[in-house]
Amino acid sequence: MNPEEQVLDRIERARRRRPKVREERVTLAHGSGGKATQTLVEAIFLEAFRNPLLEPLEDAAALSVDGARLALTTDSFVVSPLFFPGGDIGDLAVNGTVNDLAVSGARPLYLTAGFILEEGFPIADLTRIVDSMRAAAQAAGVAVVTGDTKVVQRGKGDGCYVNTAGVGVVDHPGRLGAATVRPGDAVLVSGPVGAHGITIMLARGELDIEADLVSDTAPLHGLTAALLAAAPGVRAMRDATRGGVATVLNEVARAAGVAVVVDEQAVPVEPEVRGASELLGIDPLYVACEGRMVVFVDGAEADAALAAMRGHPLGGRAALIGRVKDDPPGLVLLNTVFGGTRICDLLVGDPLPRIC
Amino acid sequence: MRFVDEFRNAETARALSAKIAALCEPGREYKFMEVCGGHTHTIYKHGLEDYLPENVTLVHGPGCPVCVIPMGRIDDAIHIARRPEVLMTSFGDMMRVPGSGGNFFDSNAEGTSIRMVYSPLDSLKIARQNPERQVVFMAIGFETTAPSTAMTVLRAAKEGLENFSVFCNHIMIIPAIKAILDSPDLRLDGFIGPGHVSTVIGCRPYEFIARDYGKPLVVAGFEPLDILQSIYMLLLQLREGRAEVENQYSRVVPWDGNPTALRVIGEVMELRPYFEWRGLGFISHSALRMRQRYAAFDAELLFETPGVRVADPKACQCGEVLKGVLKPWECKVFGTACTPETPIGTCMVSPEGACAAYYNFGRFTRTRVREASVT
Repeated sequence: MNPEEQVLDRIERARRRRPKVREERVTLAHGSGGKATQTLVEAIFLEAFRNPLLEPLEDAAALSVDGARLALTTDSFVVSPLFFPGGDIGDLAVNGTVNDLAVSGARPLYLTAGFILEEGFPIADLTRIVDSMRAAAQAAGVAVVTGDTKVVQRGKGDGCYVNTAGVGVVDHPGRLGAATVRPGDAVLVSGPVGAHGITIMLARGELDIEADLVSDTAPLHGLTAALLAAAPGVRAMRDATRGGVATVLNEVARAAGVAVVVDEQAVPVEPEVRGASELLGIDPLYVACEGRMVVFVDGAEADAALAAMRGHPLGGRAALIGRVKDDPPGLVLLNTVFGGTRICDLLVGDPLPRIC
Repeated sequence: MRFVDEFRNAETARALSAKIAALCEPGREYKFMEVCGGHTHTIYKHGLEDYLPENVTLVHGPGCPVCVIPMGRIDDAIHIARRPEVLMTSFGDMMRVPGSGGNFFDSNAEGTSIRMVYSPLDSLKIARQNPERQVVFMAIGFETTAPSTAMTVLRAAKEGLENFSVFCNHIMIIPAIKAILDSPDLRLDGFIGPGHVSTVIGCRPYEFIARDYGKPLVVAGFEPLDILQSIYMLLLQLREGRAEVENQYSRVVPWDGNPTALRVIGEVMELRPYFEWRGLGFISHSALRMRQRYAAFDAELLFETPGVRVADPKACQCGEVLKGVLKPWECKVFGTACTPETPIGTCMVSPEGACAAYYNFGRFTRTRVREASVT
């Protein structure tokens, strides 16, 4: 090993050490979905609750109850603004949980809904949010069957937070999960990435950039069902929410101990999303989606999987974006449009706009 | 996308790469410094080094404003932000720069309000919306961002805003380049000149580098092909025995810069006698402060700051990295004690910082990456 390789080897060993939270207080980075979130989850929550069902840290837990295979998940929604082009916190809260179940191979059935409301929040806004939850639930074929309401003092909440939990039944016979991904698998995305995150950034009105963009929020259960029927060799599916596609790829590379090599040119990105990202100096690969998923499938079934996704209205622009390899394990590499190669690592926190 | 894709064309890059290889004399080592952090980011983000022969090395310079800000100034900013009436604004990549007791995010977790803005003008909007708060803009950057800070102050003065001020940390690129040229432990063959700074200052201020130090400099744009072409232009100068200032980025950079922007800076700001640069130490006449006539907008006068110089952590070798003496991975704490999650030095913070760029994008030997990427 030359000196550089020795240093890099030492770093890889340092990265495999058990994560430790060094901060004395929670910062926004802990909620970004990147490294800080991962450290918090593994060092605090996983440490406390450790059990075989939680350990894989998948989008939903895979349960077996009296022979029935169930998927159970929960998600909280704190999006600001509450209403944005293409959706609002209501349909986001339903679709988010539906998608966590769908990508776990489950047929979503029942949802819960918890509301934390701030004193003074307009009832008209609440009605609007709940109406869009009802519409989203109807579209996804799920029922909201129980719920909870809390009101906090003015200034102690941001208008309205929503939590949903969901349960679904797994009909798919195979075992899905990031750990089952192996070299030779193909990596697909179900459509153009980053539209939701950029839409939200622009909707906050802090950037003085305008673009004709809407959130990609959508329920994925139909798409996942069509995909699983056409390609039983699907190994893992993840919806690319917080942290975007790059974060999902890193999570899987790490869980499976494989390398994921992505062709930047092949990743579909809407021109408006690309334009805004270029302006802000952020990478669309790290921007959140709310109706897109990343699929790992047996390389031999890549074409069948792609055809099945493209045959569904939500997968019309699905694309093969990369391959799984064995080395270097745990890392995501990007073949750039420019023809170079680089690492595509987890971010620490949210992507921050650059100075100049 | 127009104006982007044509500057990232792999075929053109391959052709340019062959011309670069042909210009290199076998057995000779070439070391070029890209002064600007934006270039460092481009080089790593696009994997540009894959196109360079083994004997061409790029050294990452001090042109990352976040990287050269000393810890004491962060502490001063947090000290101001701790006043209950203060609402501070700053650019996004300032948020994670560590002071001696934590960064802006940590400070916010303890109760301050430090908000991210995309432009200094957004701070004015915040000041108008929050008349009961004192809005302080934490201004950083080279001549690139100084004009927009100055414009903001002029507008605030015109509007008669009484709750807006600037904590001025603007710095200048030429004194930093000079400090590097005078540093004894460095041998460079030429410079890739900063693009955005040059849109303001033009190309003339670099002429002393060619004249007095005999080093070529090519002002370059920020797309990967811009940088590749500027490396070609530097090698061509060396091959032909020339040392000149050339402008690869002429589609944006006028030779004489932007006189209006320079005038606005001069109206609002003046030279400080000296300023501390992280890793480089005190450099005389290298930074700007607010002029007396805009004292009402000068946070340094309005609020008390400790103004204590905080020494860099002993283990940190940011200075050597900023001067190009060390490659990021050669620093003692690189990647182990100092990572993007827990940066010790500022070079690990900004995506433009050499260490962060290397850690996030380049953390593998070229051969291993090349082998893995063959599809």
